[in-house]
Amino acid sequence: MSGFYGTKNKTMERHVLLRDVDVPNIREYDVYVANDGYAAWKKALTTMKPDEVINVVKDSGLRGRGGAGFPAGVKWSFIPKDIFPKYVVVNGDESEAGTFKDHQIIDGNPHQLIEGVALCAYAVQANTSYIYLRGEFYEPAKTLQRAIDEAYAHGMLGKNVLGSGFDLDIHIHLGAGAYICGEETALLSSLEGQLGQPRLRPPFPAVQGLYAKPTVINNVETLANVPPIVLHGAQWYRQYGTEKSPGTKIFCVSGRVNKPGNYELPLGKYTIRELIEMAGGTMDGRPVKGVLPAGSSAPILPANLLDTKLDYESVQAAGSILGSASFVILDDTVDIVWAARKMVRFFKHESCGKCTPCREGTYWALKLYDKILSGHGTLADVDMIGEVAGQMAGKCFCLLGEFATSPMQSTLKHFRAEYEAFIANHQGGKMNGYTDELIREGVLAGPEGVITRH
Amino acid sequence: MLREKRAADIAQVLAKYPPERKRSAVMPLLYIAQEEYGYCSDEAIREVAEIIGCDPTEVKSIVGFYTMFYEQPVGRYVIDVCDDLPCALRGADKFVTYCEKRLGIRAGQTTPDGKFTLNTVMCIAACDRAPVAQVNREYRYELTEESFDRMLDELSQS
Ligand SMILES: Cc1cc2nc3c(=O)[nH]c(=O)nc-3n(C[C@H](O)[C@H](O)[C@H](O)COP(=O)(O)O)c2cc1C
Ligand code: SF4
Ligand code: FES
Repeated sequence: MSGFYGTKNKTMERHVLLRDVDVPNIREYDVYVANDGYAAWKKALTTMKPDEVINVVKDSGLRGRGGAGFPAGVKWSFIPKDIFPKYVVVNGDESEAGTFKDHQIIDGNPHQLIEGVALCAYAVQANTSYIYLRGEFYEPAKTLQRAIDEAYAHGMLGKNVLGSGFDLDIHIHLGAGAYICGEETALLSSLEGQLGQPRLRPPFPAVQGLYAKPTVINNVETLANVPPIVLHGAQWYRQYGTEKSPGTKIFCVSGRVNKPGNYELPLGKYTIRELIEMAGGTMDGRPVKGVLPAGSSAPILPANLLDTKLDYESVQAAGSILGSASFVILDDTVDIVWAARKMVRFFKHESCGKCTPCREGTYWALKLYDKILSGHGTLADVDMIGEVAGQMAGKCFCLLGEFATSPMQSTLKHFRAEYEAFIANHQGGKMNGYTDELIREGVLAGPEGVITRH
Repeated sequence: MLREKRAADIAQVLAKYPPERKRSAVMPLLYIAQEEYGYCSDEAIREVAEIIGCDPTEVKSIVGFYTMFYEQPVGRYVIDVCDDLPCALRGADKFVTYCEKRLGIRAGQTTPDGKFTLNTVMCIAACDRAPVAQVNREYRYELTEESFDRMLDELSQS
């Protein structure tokens, strides 16, 4: 298969999610079935009432893996019983910089996702599910479609599944390159064929979601947890993780480490320092400067916080967010101002334009970073970055705009001295290592003049 | 005409959504149109609008919103190289500079023979395989200058 994705980091005797690490070819239907595949689905359809499925997921304490960490079973219980049709929408937009876990699940273990979707649909009595994948998952979508087709062919999906009287269809819907479509209400708008812009909440999707009908939205990884929970029970699941953060979680490690990749670990068992060690340590053994626990969206944690445990509460107590657990590792060779500019550029690019603080704020913030990076910054510009971020915070329509402030505010908080040193060392347009990038982006003029694309 | 040429694909797309919610099909239909026309031309937009029963200006705004729908003609091979932070920490910017030199164009441009368009893109969910690119939406992992040269040679011959 061309472009097949999968990293093979064995971090557990038996993985709960990344089972492709343990079982070769588990993406094939027969192999999946030979390894407990669809056993939970059969168990639920033949021996459990829908509410019992909701309850076991509630008892497991499974929290949403898409970012917010909301308990999945509780979310399912909000779905009204007497309104039809209902929908299950799967969030496979996976566009947070540094995140590549859903990618591996879809390519490596797609049936576990399908089985999780089916169990969720049965639990809330939805007969249709849409799996929204980012447009760049064109190849993974083919792998997933093939798995869906296999599941239909074996009677696991479709009409009257296993003689239960329950019908279920699963469709894939491809996005087309917009980070904001990972935000659940923007995702629904996109799926309805509107611009992918966020909507006001309430009403929450559980009450009025897709086509204004009750809708569960869960992340790919969240739903992949459900088959083992239903099969083995909530207590089994709780052998992993902590009281408040039960289960295992996939940690995506990228940046300046020797073995970047996906690492599945019980929540709360290890520290950030240990995670970096598992990922082969830093390149050339350089000291860590900082860590982004959830890509560009979460505040940077400086090196003195590396002993923070890897669970939702501990990372929050340390001053950041576990979110999607996409750990981007920065070592002491990394220029913080450059890194912050990359992240601000991301948000400027991805702002959907609906509200002024985010649209204008990210635009001006990037201008300020461009000015500093091209060697024309002043200390007043550094203050101005803090001011722009302060103007945005709490005023944006959706969380994207709030996320955009975190690379600015957190790097200013922990690394202000680096901003000042950068400005002192690059005064008056003095060349730095970023000329090619800045020409490419139309910030500096190249030999052929200024290129304006962005 | 898309309707004649891609009738089966269009029917398959429309069948995914409730009959009164045809508008949901706008994105998959635009992908089909783009496959046929190379980009979302005015004609393509009109045809898609007709199929889902809405105004062409609404379809046009959808095209403008998403980066993967092209408003202008592009090269036969669209090479999207990620230069977002995690990849940039593993040499992506230097790699893009190499791609620009090798193709003789800047990111965002198309070679004069119409073969290659080079773009830089935000994270494409494969940061552990940097430098990483997509060529017409197919992943190319762990690229090097040598493998990039080889890839261009292969694509040039096809
Ligand atoms: C700007 C923004 C981007 C988001 N991107 C994603 C994403 O790519 N994937 C995802 O699962 N959730 C994403 N979310 C979170 C979703 O809005 C939503 O909380 C999640 O899909 C719920 O599923 P869960 O409870 O299983 O995590 C994003 C949220 C925001 C505000
Ligand atoms: S905060 Fe940004 S992304 Fe969110 S609605 Fe406003 S402009 Fe759009
Ligand atoms: S940053 Fe390049 S793929 Fe994620």
